[in-house]
Amino acid sequence: MLALGLGGGLGVGAVAAGVVASSAGSRQGVSSGALEYPFHGERQGGILTPAQDRLHFAAFDVRAATSRNDLVGLLRDWTYAASRLVMGLGVSASGAFDGRPSLPADDTGEAADLGPSGLTLTFGFGRTLFRTAAGEDRFGVADRMPREFTPLPKQANDFLDARRSGGDLCIQACADDPQVAVHAIRNLTRLAVGRAQLRWSQSGFGRTSSTSTTQVTPRNLFGQKDGTNNLKAEHSEKLAEHVWIADGPTWTHGGSYLVARRIAMTIEVWDGLQLQEQDRVLGRDKRSGAPLSGGDEFTPPDFTKAGDDGKRLIDERSHVFRVHPDSNGGVAMLRRGYNYVDGNDDLGRLDAGLFFIAFVKSPERFARVHTNMARDDMFVEYLKTTSSSVFLVPPGVRPNEYVGQALFEG
Amino acid sequence: MGSEGAFEVIAVSSTATECAVSTRTTRSGTATFSVRNSGPQITEFYLLGPDGLRIVAEKENIAPGGSADLTVTLQPGSYFTACKPGMRGANVGEAAFSVTGERVEVPAEDKQLFDQAVRDYVNFVKNEVAELQPKVEGFVAAYVAGDDEQARRSYAAARVHYERIEPIAEALGLLDPRIDYREIDYLAEAEALAKDDPTFTEWLGFHRMEKDLWVPAKDAVQPDGANAWEGWTPSTPEVRARIGSALKADVGALYDKVHAADFVTAQELDIAAVANGASALLEEIAVGKVTGEEDWWSHTDLWDFQANLQGSRIAFDLVAPIATRKGPDATALAASISREFDALQALLSTYGNLTDGFVLYNTVSRDQQRALAAQIDAVREPLSKITNTVLGAAG
Repeated sequence: MLALGLGGGLGVGAVAAGVVASSAGSRQGVSSGALEYPFHGERQGGILTPAQDRLHFAAFDVRAATSRNDLVGLLRDWTYAASRLVMGLGVSASGAFDGRPSLPADDTGEAADLGPSGLTLTFGFGRTLFRTAAGEDRFGVADRMPREFTPLPKQANDFLDARRSGGDLCIQACADDPQVAVHAIRNLTRLAVGRAQLRWSQSGFGRTSSTSTTQVTPRNLFGQKDGTNNLKAEHSEKLAEHVWIADGPTWTHGGSYLVARRIAMTIEVWDGLQLQEQDRVLGRDKRSGAPLSGGDEFTPPDFTKAGDDGKRLIDERSHVFRVHPDSNGGVAMLRRGYNYVDGNDDLGRLDAGLFFIAFVKSPERFARVHTNMARDDMFVEYLKTTSSSVFLVPPGVRPNEYVGQALFEG
Repeated sequence: MGSEGAFEVIAVSSTATECAVSTRTTRSGTATFSVRNSGPQITEFYLLGPDGLRIVAEKENIAPGGSADLTVTLQPGSYFTACKPGMRGANVGEAAFSVTGERVEVPAEDKQLFDQAVRDYVNFVKNEVAELQPKVEGFVAAYVAGDDEQARRSYAAARVHYERIEPIAEALGLLDPRIDYREIDYLAEAEALAKDDPTFTEWLGFHRMEKDLWVPAKDAVQPDGANAWEGWTPSTPEVRARIGSALKADVGALYDKVHAADFVTAQELDIAAVANGASALLEEIAVGKVTGEEDWWSHTDLWDFQANLQGSRIAFDLVAPIATRKGPDATALAASISREFDALQALLSTYGNLTDGFVLYNTVSRDQQRALAAQIDAVREPLSKITNTVLGAAG
């Protein structure tokens, strides 16, 4: 139904290549339903794209009977469908309503009137795609896995549920309308039937990071401006240093590693903390987001500055101190997480937290920061990580290519 | 190709601004539109109905510089042809296209095959119900006599013949509610059921007997979370006798209905019903069996699973030879369905078989259930297209 790959020259995307980052400013004033980002380009969308309001993230297991050709077929089908979905179209030309009455419709239809809504779809590969846990090279790509693609070491307060961690493939769907994001994941999951099965998925709301200087810093469920110091789309030199893969196999260059961690917050306990204690734990003023060393939100923290009592204004165990690049050999990351509330637990507490997403140049760099934070960051007392995954996000897709093509044909 | 009439290749050239079709009229029959994309963007070609909206047939995702064929059985009438370079916006080069000549009928040979497949399927149904009757009698006899061990042994095996033809029974009024409703199903509909059938005033059928034979623990819960003992007590010998004879009578009524001379016409059983029946049985598995909710007290869901699967496979095997006459795409579709059916059977067979029995479903782990669910979906997705193919709709 969705066979792609007839060869041919460059199409429309050639015009679009590389404009993702610069599209932010020019898009202002467009109503959210009509906001549209190009699918094709030098980088995949959903990384530098100004963080949308909603997320649906999904991880998949490639089924045992799926061959290398089947896998490539799936990536072709996903690529073509994704190129339509980001335009606000159904997954095929006959879509939700125009197919034959004696066939199920290709598209499920719930996003038909909602427009593109700023949808981006970002595809990634898990380590198990290259080599299974049992060491099997199912698709003949084991020798193409970058040496840098290492698993994350176990961290303090990791209570990982293996069922909702990892996976062979992932899709991050971000949009300004939750139904558009869910529709995308639902239909891409359906296209995968027989070839890959949904392993776990997570929806999120209220972006918790700004990825462009045009966006204000949002607040997490602790009520704090978190991620003030995030890398932004406009900082291209820093992105080259911290986000884009430039070493290892050439097929990965221009891609990035996506770290996804579902971090449950014990918000009921947090809510009972004195305001000054909340500020001390984060190292920032809750209202303004300014570091406790003074200034405004974007003033660099001064970790040496002491108060009248001679003690440092920013605690050494505060979140700001622990994750700051100065404390981590200069390592930074591009954060792009979302809040989540998945109902409640049996004790009558909200099952809520942060679905943390970061794009980094290598998993090891993330692990370095996280280990430094997790060991004695006071924040961690109020957090419990229940899911942890790393995916290699290959570079952007050119017209007539499928996502990750260079892995299989490079 | 099974159809008669003209066979023509019509050239289409799609560019950024044009959708040139080599002829504006043709005779009815099989035609192939050979679409060449000479534009800079991915394009699509449509054959639209007389309203210019409904897509009669389409070819999508034709890359710049590429070509693709769309083969379609054209009936007489007025149509439009159009392209959509870039996949969206207004149609490009929309133009009237007319088909003259006689209507292309289903070939006589197809009609014969349709009738034969329906006959074969009905014979299968009759045979299953004929086998169901003595099995139910044996099961009921043990249940009524209080020989619970024997009744438990024959419960799953008796159900097999019912589960193989479940969609047929479900189309026969209140027979399925009387024979196969679970307690929670009955309670939800009790008032409406009594209104439809004044004699239907208590929970009946296999599952009531199942609960008597596998008595739940005092703190056990229903699939909907309600306590198992709420509004329920084990049946007394008198109640068992009443429930048992009701099941025998209902199965007798089922036998009479499927063996009636007007069964095929009364139920409007045609080739589409057979093809749809294959899908309906897999839906039964996907909704009730793979979740372990069907045989909640006995955990014999895998017997039902196997029976549904066999019923589905038989219906598919009857229509598959018709599908393979509809061209290479249809042949490939039928082959992929066969392959996935085989894989599902192989997976299920790792848990047992009808002769020696299956493992109980409460011993099947969540991961194993996931694998079963994934393989059911792998059959269901291509199978959902088979009716359209068998009917030989355009394209």
